[in-house]
Amino acid sequence: MLSFIIRRTIYAIIAMWAVSVISFVIINLPAGDFVTTYIATQAATGNVILADEAENLRDVYGLNDPIYVQYVKWITRIVRGELGFSFEFNAPVRQVIEQNLANTLLLALGSVVFIWIVGIPIGIYSAVKQYSPGDYVATFLGFLGLGIPDFLIALVVAYLVFDHFGILLTGLYSAEYLTAPWSFGKALDLAQHLVLPVIILGTAGTASLIRIMRANLLDELKKPYVTTARAKGVTEWQLIMKYPVRYALNPVLSLTAYILPFLISGSVVLSYVLDLPTVGRDFLRALTAQDIYLSGAIILGTGWLTIIGTFFSDLLLAWVDPRIRLEGD
Amino acid sequence: MTTETATDQTTEQPRGLDADPVISVRDLETHFFTDEGVVRAVDGVNFDVHPGTTMGIVGESGCGKSITAKSILQIVEAPGRIVNGEIQYRRQSGEAVNLLDYPANSGRMRAIRGGEISMIFQEPMTSFSSLHTFGNQIDEALKLHTNLSKDERFELAVDWLARVGIPNPSQRMHEYPFRFSGGQLQRAMIAMAMCTNPKVLIADEPTTALDVTTQAQILDLLQRMQEENDMAIVFITHDLGVIAEIADEVTVMYLGKVVESGPVNDFFDAPLHPYSRALLTSIPSMFTGSRERLPSISGSIPHPQNRPSGCAFHPRCQSFINGVCDIREPNLVSVNEEQDVSCFLYED
Amino acid sequence: MVAGSQVGHQSDTPGSNISDVDAEGEIEVMSQRQLIWRRFKRHRLAMVATVIVVLFYVVVVFADFLATNDPEDSEADRQYTPPQWLRLFDGIKPDLHVCRLVGTRDQFFRKVYERDCEQKVDIRVFGRGYEYSLFGLKLDRHLFGVDHPELTAEDTVFILGTDVQGRDMYSRLMRGTRLSLLIGLIGIFISLMMGTVLGAVSGFYGGFVDNVIQRGIEIIRSIPTVPLYLGLAAAFPADWSVERRFFAITIVVSLFAWTELARVVRGRYLAMRQEDFVTAAITAGASQRRIIFRHMLPSFYSHIIAASTLNLAFMVISETTLSFLGLGLLPPAISYGTLLFTAQNLQTVALAPWLLIPGLFVVVLVLSLNFMGDGIRDAADPYGS
Ligand SMILES: Nc1ncnc2c1ncn2[C@@H]1O[C@H](COP(=O)(O)OP(=O)(O)OP(=O)(O)O)[C@@H](O)[C@H]1O
Ligand SMILES: [Mg+2]
Repeated sequence: MLSFIIRRTIYAIIAMWAVSVISFVIINLPAGDFVTTYIATQAATGNVILADEAENLRDVYGLNDPIYVQYVKWITRIVRGELGFSFEFNAPVRQVIEQNLANTLLLALGSVVFIWIVGIPIGIYSAVKQYSPGDYVATFLGFLGLGIPDFLIALVVAYLVFDHFGILLTGLYSAEYLTAPWSFGKALDLAQHLVLPVIILGTAGTASLIRIMRANLLDELKKPYVTTARAKGVTEWQLIMKYPVRYALNPVLSLTAYILPFLISGSVVLSYVLDLPTVGRDFLRALTAQDIYLSGAIILGTGWLTIIGTFFSDLLLAWVDPRIRLEGD
Repeated sequence: MTTETATDQTTEQPRGLDADPVISVRDLETHFFTDEGVVRAVDGVNFDVHPGTTMGIVGESGCGKSITAKSILQIVEAPGRIVNGEIQYRRQSGEAVNLLDYPANSGRMRAIRGGEISMIFQEPMTSFSSLHTFGNQIDEALKLHTNLSKDERFELAVDWLARVGIPNPSQRMHEYPFRFSGGQLQRAMIAMAMCTNPKVLIADEPTTALDVTTQAQILDLLQRMQEENDMAIVFITHDLGVIAEIADEVTVMYLGKVVESGPVNDFFDAPLHPYSRALLTSIPSMFTGSRERLPSISGSIPHPQNRPSGCAFHPRCQSFINGVCDIREPNLVSVNEEQDVSCFLYED
Repeated sequence: MVAGSQVGHQSDTPGSNISDVDAEGEIEVMSQRQLIWRRFKRHRLAMVATVIVVLFYVVVVFADFLATNDPEDSEADRQYTPPQWLRLFDGIKPDLHVCRLVGTRDQFFRKVYERDCEQKVDIRVFGRGYEYSLFGLKLDRHLFGVDHPELTAEDTVFILGTDVQGRDMYSRLMRGTRLSLLIGLIGIFISLMMGTVLGAVSGFYGGFVDNVIQRGIEIIRSIPTVPLYLGLAAAFPADWSVERRFFAITIVVSLFAWTELARVVRGRYLAMRQEDFVTAAITAGASQRRIIFRHMLPSFYSHIIAASTLNLAFMVISETTLSFLGLGLLPPAISYGTLLFTAQNLQTVALAPWLLIPGLFVVVLVLSLNFMGDGIRDAADPYGS
C-alpha cells in the first residue's frame, strides 16, 4: 500500500507540473504581453501610459526575463497564493474566484448527488434485468445523455420553459433575493434555481455511470462467488446487493473524487447558456477579454483539482479493496 | 430444521445402494437459449443417488456435468432454463418431493439449497468474495439454515474449520479468502457446505484446481465427512482415478445425455458403452496413481450446437453401425440388474 | 433427435463423419473480417446508425448540390422567415411544391411574410441555381429547388426557414455539415497518426519506452479538456483568416483525442500476439503473411475504426461547443457551432425556434456515431478487451 501511495504521489506531482506548463504556455500564447493589453484597456478609458512607464511595469512583472525565469516566478507566486490581478473585473483574481466559488461547488456537488441517486439504481436494474424493456430504455437514455452536448440540452430546456411558461431560466437567484441577506426564503429560491442546472450538468455523468455500473455488474454477476452464494440459499436480491453490487460499486464511488473536478469544468458551458453566476461564467468572460491572470489561474486550478481528485480516487479505490489495502502487511 | 435435530434423525435411516434413493433425477433437460440458438446442455439425464453413498459423474469437458448439478439446486444462470424433468428428493422426514415443483427462488427451495443439499465448486480461489471475510461468508449459510445465536454460529463455524483441518480457525474467521492457500480454501468451502449438515453434498470437480497431494487430502477429507455425517455425495470429475477411489456408482455423460450408469466395479471391470470403453483404454494404467485428465478419444467433441444426428457419439464410435447409429437415437436400457446403457449394441 | 433444426440459422450438419470435419474447417476458413461483419450485422441499431453516418458523408461531398439557395445570400427583408414545408401533392395530384410566402409591411414598415397556400411555388428537381464547383467541375444544378431563385422571399424556398440576416438555414446547414465533419475528419487523421505511431512504438518496444508513453497518456487523460480547449482557442487572435483558424481549431480538438487511439493500438498490438485465432491460424498451418493479413489486421482495423468513430463524435461536439461559445470558428465560416451561435439568445429562439435545427443534426450525428462505434467494437471483440 505504501509503495502504491508513493508511486501515485509521484505521478500526481508530474501531472501537476505538466498542467502548470500547459497553463503557462496558454496564457503566454496571445500576441503581446498583458502590459500591452493593459495599455490598450487604459487607452480606451482615455488613460495614456508612456513607453518608459510601460517598461517599468514590464520590469516589475518580470516580463523582460527569459521565459523559464518567468515561469518559475509565476508558479512560485501561484503556490504562495498570489494569483495576480484581473483587469476585466478590476479586482484581485483571488477575490473574483472566491466570489462565485460557493455557487460552483454547490452546482457540482448537487450534480454528483443527482448522478448517484439516478445512475446507480438504474445501472443495477439494467444489469439485473438485462435485455428487459427497461434495460433498453435505460441504455438508450444513456446514449442520449452521453451524446447530446450539455449546452444543447440547456438551450432546448430553457427554450421550452420560456416558450410554455414564459419563465426565463437564468441565474441562480430571483431578482428579489439577488442582494438580500441569507434567509430560508433565499435558500429555497436558490434550491429551486439549482434543480435544472444540476440535472443538465449531471446528464452525461449519469449516462456514463449507468453504463459503467451495468457493465461492471454484468461482469460480476457471472463470477463464481455469486453462484456460491446462490448455492447457500441466499435470496437473489440479497445476494446481488451483498456481493456483485458491492464489487461494482467500489470503483464507482471512488470515482466521485475524480468526477467532481470534471463537473466543475463542465459547468463552464452550462453557466454561459443559463447565465449562472459561477467561476465558469467568469472564466469565459476572462477568456474573451484575454484577461490572462484570471483565465490562467482557472485553467491551472481546475487542472490541479482534477489531478488531486484522480489521486484521491485511486487511493480510495485501493483502500476499499482489501486485496490492495492489506498488500504487504 | 436446526442442525441438532438433523443429526439425531439421520442414524435411523437406511443407507447404502439398496436403500431408496435420496435423489432421483428423471429426464432432466436444461437448455440455454442463446442468440446463436438453443444449446441442449442437459438433454435427458437420469440417475439415482443413494443415501450415504457416492455417485460419480464423469464425462469430457462441456458434456453438461456442472449444469446437471446446478439444475438439481435450480441455480442455472440465464439464458439457461430447466425445460423438462423431475428431481425427486426424499427429505429427512421421509417425505418425497419433486424439487422442480418449487419455484427456483421460493423459500422452500432456498431452505433446501445450502441446507439439506449443499454444493462445493471447482475453483476455490474465485468461489469466495474477496471483499468479505471468510467468517462473514460462512456465517451467511448458518444464519439461513440454523436458529443459532451469533456466538453459537461463530463457535460452530470455528469447529467446522478445525474439523476440515485448518489451523488457527478462530483467527482465520476474520481473514479474507485471498489470505488462504488453494487447498485451505477448498477445505474452507467444504466446511461452509458441511456446517448446515446437508443430506446431500454436490461436489463439482472439487479437486481439479489443486495439486496432487492436496487432491488426495481433500478426497480423504470428503470421505471422512461422508462417514461422520452420513450423507450422499454427487461427485463430478473428469478423472477416472478419482472415481475409482471415491465413488460407489458411476454415471457417464456424453453431450448432455447419460450413456452408461452402474456400480463402480462393474464400470471398471465390464464397461458396456463404446464411449466408456474408449475412456478406460485411453488411460494406460489407471491404478498407478496417475491422475491425469482424460486424454481425448479420437476425434473432437462436437460443438453442442452441431450435435450429430442419431447417437451423438457415432462419429467417434468404434462400433458404429451404418444406417442405425446415425439415424436413430438409442434409449437408456437396463442390461442387467445393475447396469444401464444407451447403445444399439445392447438394444434388440 | 433432429439436431439441425435446433441450430436455427446455422448450417445444417449432415450426419457423416467426413462432412462434420468439413463444416468445422469452414468455420476456421471464414476470415476474421467476415466474422466481424456477421456480428456487426446483428446489431440492428448500429446498422441504422451506419446508414445515417453514410448519409452525413454524402452531405459532406454534395453539400452544394443539395443546397437550394446560396448560403451567403442575405436580405434583411426576409429575416426569420419560418420554414416552408415541402408538399408532395396538390389535392390528390402528385405535385412537388411549397406555399408561396406573401409579404406585407406592418405598421413599422417591416416586411412580414405569410404563407399563402392558394399560391404555389413549384419545386423543380435538378433545377438551376447558384454556381458551385464539385470535383473541379463548375455546376449550377441542384437536387431540388426553385429554378433560378431570386433574393426576394416570394420567389424562392426556405424549407428550414431563415436566420437573422435572411439566409437560408437549410442551405447553410448543408455547408455547416461539411465543415463540421471535415474538422472531425482531419482531426481523426491527426490523432490517428499520433495514436498509431505512439501506440505502435509503445507496443513494439515495451519496457521503459512503453512505460513513459503510458504514463504520459495517463497524465494527458487526467487533464480536464474543457478549460484547456477554451484557453487554447481563446488564445488565437481574432484577426486570423478563416482557413488559419479552421486548422488551429482542428488541431485543438485532436490534441487530446489521440490518447484513446494510442491506447487501442497498443492494446491490440499486445493482444494480437496471444490471441486464439492467431494461434489457431498457426496450428492450422497458415503462412505468416496470411495470418497477418487475413486474421490479425481485420480485427486491428475494426478496433481502430471503432475508436475513430467514437472520437469523431467527440470532435464534432468539441467544435460545436467551441464555436457556440464564440471561441472556435467564427463567421463567415459556417459550421454547426457557428449556426448554433445565432441561437444563443432565448428571445431569439422563441421567435425563431428553427434556429435550433442544427442542434438536432448534431444530436443525430453524434448518436449515430456512438451507436456505430459501439457496434463495431462489439463485433470486433464480443467479449470486451
Ligand atoms: N451460460 C451459458 N450459455 C450458453 N451455453 C452454456 C452456458 N453455460 C454452459 N453452457 C453449455 O452447456 C454445456 C455444458 O456445460 P457444463 O458447464 O455443464 O460442462 P461440464 O461438463 O461441467 O464441463 P467442464 O468439465 O468443463 O466443467 C457446455 O457445452 C456449454 O456450451
Ligand atoms: Mg463443469
